Amino acid sequence: MSPTTIFSPESSAARMIFDLSLLVYVVCTVIFVVVSALLIYALVKYRKRRGDETREPAQIFGSKQIELAWTIIPIIIVLVLFLSSVRVIAATQDAKMPPGTIEVNVVGHQYWWEYRYPGLGVVTANELHIPTSDPAKPTPTLLHLYSADANHSYWVPRLAGKTDLIPNHPNQLWFDPEKPGLYLGQCAQYCGVQHAKMLLRVYVHSPDDFRRWIEEQKEPARQVDTVARGRELFERTNCMNCHTIAGTPATGRFGPDLTHLMSRETLAAGIVPNNRDNLRAWIKDPNSLKPGSLMPAIAFDDAELDAVTDYLMTLR
Amino acid sequence: MTTVQLSEAETPWVLPSAGRVGMFSLIAAEVSIFVIFIVAYLFYLGKSVTGPTPAILHPPIFLSVCLLSSSATMELAVRGLKRTGARGFIGWWLLTFALGATFLAGTGLEWRHLIQDEGLTISTNLFGTTFYSLVGLHGFHVLVGLVLMLLTAGFAARGLLSRESAPKVEVLALYWHFVDVVWVVVFTVVYLVGR
Amino acid sequence: MTTESLVLPAAAAPEKTWLERAHAWVTTVDHKRLGIMYIVFALVCLVVGGLEATIIRLQLMKAHANVVSPEVFNELFTMHGTTMIFFVAMPIMFGAANYLAPLMIGARDMAFPRLNAFTFWLTVFGAALLYYSLLGGYGLYGDAFAPNVGWFAYAPLTAKTFSRGHSNDYWTLALLVSGFGSVGTAINVIATIFSQRCRGMTLGRMPLAVWLFLVMCVLVLFTLTPLTAAQLMLLVDRYLGGHFFDAQAGGSAVLWMHFFWVFGHPEVYVLALPAYGFLSEIIQVFSRKAIFGYPAMVAASIVIAFISMSVWAHHMFSVGMTSYGNTFFVITTMAISVPTGIKIFNWLATIWGGKVDFKVPMLWAIAFLFQFLVAGLTGVMLACAPLDWHLTNSYFVVAHFHYVIVGALFMAVFGAFYFWYPKVVGRMLSEKLGRWHFWLFVIGFHLTFDFMHIPGFLGMPRRIYTYEPGRGWDVWNVIIGIGVLFQGVGTLILVFNLIRSAKKGKPAGNDPWDAWTLEWSTSSPPPEYNFATLPVVRSRRPLWDLKHPEDPDWKYE
Repeated sequence: MSPTTIFSPESSAARMIFDLSLLVYVVCTVIFVVVSALLIYALVKYRKRRGDETREPAQIFGSKQIELAWTIIPIIIVLVLFLSSVRVIAATQDAKMPPGTIEVNVVGHQYWWEYRYPGLGVVTANELHIPTSDPAKPTPTLLHLYSADANHSYWVPRLAGKTDLIPNHPNQLWFDPEKPGLYLGQCAQYCGVQHAKMLLRVYVHSPDDFRRWIEEQKEPARQVDTVARGRELFERTNCMNCHTIAGTPATGRFGPDLTHLMSRETLAAGIVPNNRDNLRAWIKDPNSLKPGSLMPAIAFDDAELDAVTDYLMTLR
Repeated sequence: MTTVQLSEAETPWVLPSAGRVGMFSLIAAEVSIFVIFIVAYLFYLGKSVTGPTPAILHPPIFLSVCLLSSSATMELAVRGLKRTGARGFIGWWLLTFALGATFLAGTGLEWRHLIQDEGLTISTNLFGTTFYSLVGLHGFHVLVGLVLMLLTAGFAARGLLSRESAPKVEVLALYWHFVDVVWVVVFTVVYLVGR
Repeated sequence: MTTESLVLPAAAAPEKTWLERAHAWVTTVDHKRLGIMYIVFALVCLVVGGLEATIIRLQLMKAHANVVSPEVFNELFTMHGTTMIFFVAMPIMFGAANYLAPLMIGARDMAFPRLNAFTFWLTVFGAALLYYSLLGGYGLYGDAFAPNVGWFAYAPLTAKTFSRGHSNDYWTLALLVSGFGSVGTAINVIATIFSQRCRGMTLGRMPLAVWLFLVMCVLVLFTLTPLTAAQLMLLVDRYLGGHFFDAQAGGSAVLWMHFFWVFGHPEVYVLALPAYGFLSEIIQVFSRKAIFGYPAMVAASIVIAFISMSVWAHHMFSVGMTSYGNTFFVITTMAISVPTGIKIFNWLATIWGGKVDFKVPMLWAIAFLFQFLVAGLTGVMLACAPLDWHLTNSYFVVAHFHYVIVGALFMAVFGAFYFWYPKVVGRMLSEKLGRWHFWLFVIGFHLTFDFMHIPGFLGMPRRIYTYEPGRGWDVWNVIIGIGVLFQGVGTLILVFNLIRSAKKGKPAGNDPWDAWTLEWSTSSPPPEYNFATLPVVRSRRPLWDLKHPEDPDWKYE
């Protein structure tokens, strides 16, 4: 089964859409079958037969009753579909969020996702971690969607429909998954050269696991002495201008927060596994993995590159 | 008394003039463009982050009177053309041109004041962008009208204008009236509603 | 009172050199020649746009393929969309209107022949500007050649910050220029239809195709111009420091979307309406019956044009409008399906009780009917905003609109080619090659666009130069690519047929299809003056009246 299918909803937001869609598919299929059948019947029954070259059939110019019927019936069908849609629109967009809601500020960048949990004091990037939501005591996640540059769109099909991230135009998106797991998606509004590589990874945890993850993320960066050389390089070259590592002088905001870089499973917005080789290749030249990425290649030599990589590998 | 029905073949076959239909169509298209600029103007009212606001504007009453009366003088010019040919036409026509040119010159002076004294340019803020774009778009249409009027005056000077030219000149007059109606709307939106 | 048209014999003229002939074409103001040039120009651009699509599909056949770089891919889909809409579909419709409208209303030419030539060359110049970007796009800081912001060029991607070179200015300027051409042509067609009709042809007696050209052109007046306005605003932003769409200064990216789609949605109806006109003419002739419900067909067309101006934000359901805004656009979008359905039912009723002749034009019309039905129904699915929150910006939408534009509109255009080519050229297109074209193209169309809905259902967004394996999208993209091959071969057969039949086709005579509208009363091809004496008509089907004097239409209308 595709991990991004719209037919396997895992949150009430997605389930409402799924239920509505079933009605729509059935209605459309019935209309298609009926009209096609009439069309095929007409084409077969009234086809020109051999020898019937010159006859002109009876010329019928119209019929008020028939035309009225095929105006009224579609209007009724339209009304039914309209009212069904309106219910879901209201239930989704105008839903009241319960007190246990986890609020996350999402900022779309070219070409990565910034996540800030204002109530919980956590900042991370590219991999969203949220708790499951028990219908008896709901703890849905509410995303506040912003953009730092162009338009993006947040689409994790199994959790919700998509909502855009537009500069100067904050939006909201919520979901309440009941089952833990990893849910995939990607940016769904053309945002530039690497639009295709802004992948979404949403990790849904049980409430306990989620609490543990939060505690880990709140810690400042680990200080490991053996990688002092790498840390020194990081702080002396341009890295600090774009990246934050909590508890160090690095407070740049242009690029992802790296405080707990190694707690992430992937790099560069989900496109490659997070391991030493990929990390090293990324630092050496981001364009080798993601041509058009806005991170420049820093001119490290091999020894410096290894040092910086070793340093980053300690940021669990 | 009996009425006799004319057969279809005997009734006159009258169709609208291509020039008038064409000009109305052009006006419809132009209205569409202006509507978009007006929507942008209204949408951005009060949304400028910094810089001067519409409070600095002074309604150009005199200029508006000039422009709107030019519609009247143009009508008189066309009527003169229909009645007596080029001679009854050229005076009113040149007056129309003068009134329109005054409007443009006055707009230019207003803009100079706004730029130099109030510091409002097209790049200052949203108000500047939308103001100069909308008023400038209208001013451009006035300029085009003036050029066409000049051309027509040129034809008149070469003796090419006669009573038969009246339908064509009427089409141009339609355009000029449209420009004036647009000014009424722009004036209302920018100098009345927006302030 | 006769509608027979005598063709005055041409005096024997000395042979012209090819240079003289080319000059005659380039400087022509004859609506027929301009119509032909529009269509030839559109076919050339169709081949270019088709090549762009082929490369796109090749790149997407496999996850993480490397056929083209991401930059080139982004230029390809931008150019493909822009070319197909503005330099293929629009010119074909304007070319058809140009060629057919004066003939169908019994006129000698358009109301403004020189404006006609001017607006044609504006369109060609626009295309030249767009493609010149391949040479000139690399501006001072240029980061691309051809435009690469998608055919809808959403702000703020088009701001100087994100589009540093001049590539996207070529998009803006090309469409600005050809937009003036389109509005000029629309004005011309409207003026022609109102002021050049032959005696007796009231508006209620015009062929449906003419009605649809009229409605289309009125719609053009109101829909092309918002795009013109928005593009002027974009130029102000980029070159005069304006802030229309500058988020930092309080400008709104969403405002661009509104302006663009106020143009963009009615634009597709601009393309669709003439196709409906072709359908009506073809179905009547090949079912041997008058159109069922002419007044309803006219009314439905006008209503469609009207409603089409109120649905635009269904392209923006995911943008974060309020629930009230979304609701409004759901109802207007669904409402448009009612008059559209009426049209389908009227065509069905025209066929019903008729005598269907499956010549090639009718094959295309039948394909249109089934495919337009499906396209309309997927449109209804998209109209349900919550479902659209999944399907918008996914391959489902790409499948839907190609179903409309290729499966319906283009097939109507192909039908129109086979129907009116004999009139334009004087020779029939080969039926055999026509059937090969038809079946290859239809099979290819379904391979590509039926299966394209599936990746949309499975979460594949549009405008991505590659995708991750393991999402279940791979096999569908392969099938889509295979369909492209069939369509390409079919199109080549069409081009071959068009060229070959000009010399080798069976001579057509005035009226090869035994049809009923005025263009079939004059010679094939028509003389430059169209009709020796201007016709006088008494009904919607003047040639039916002539051929059936015992049972003329004017008795029933």
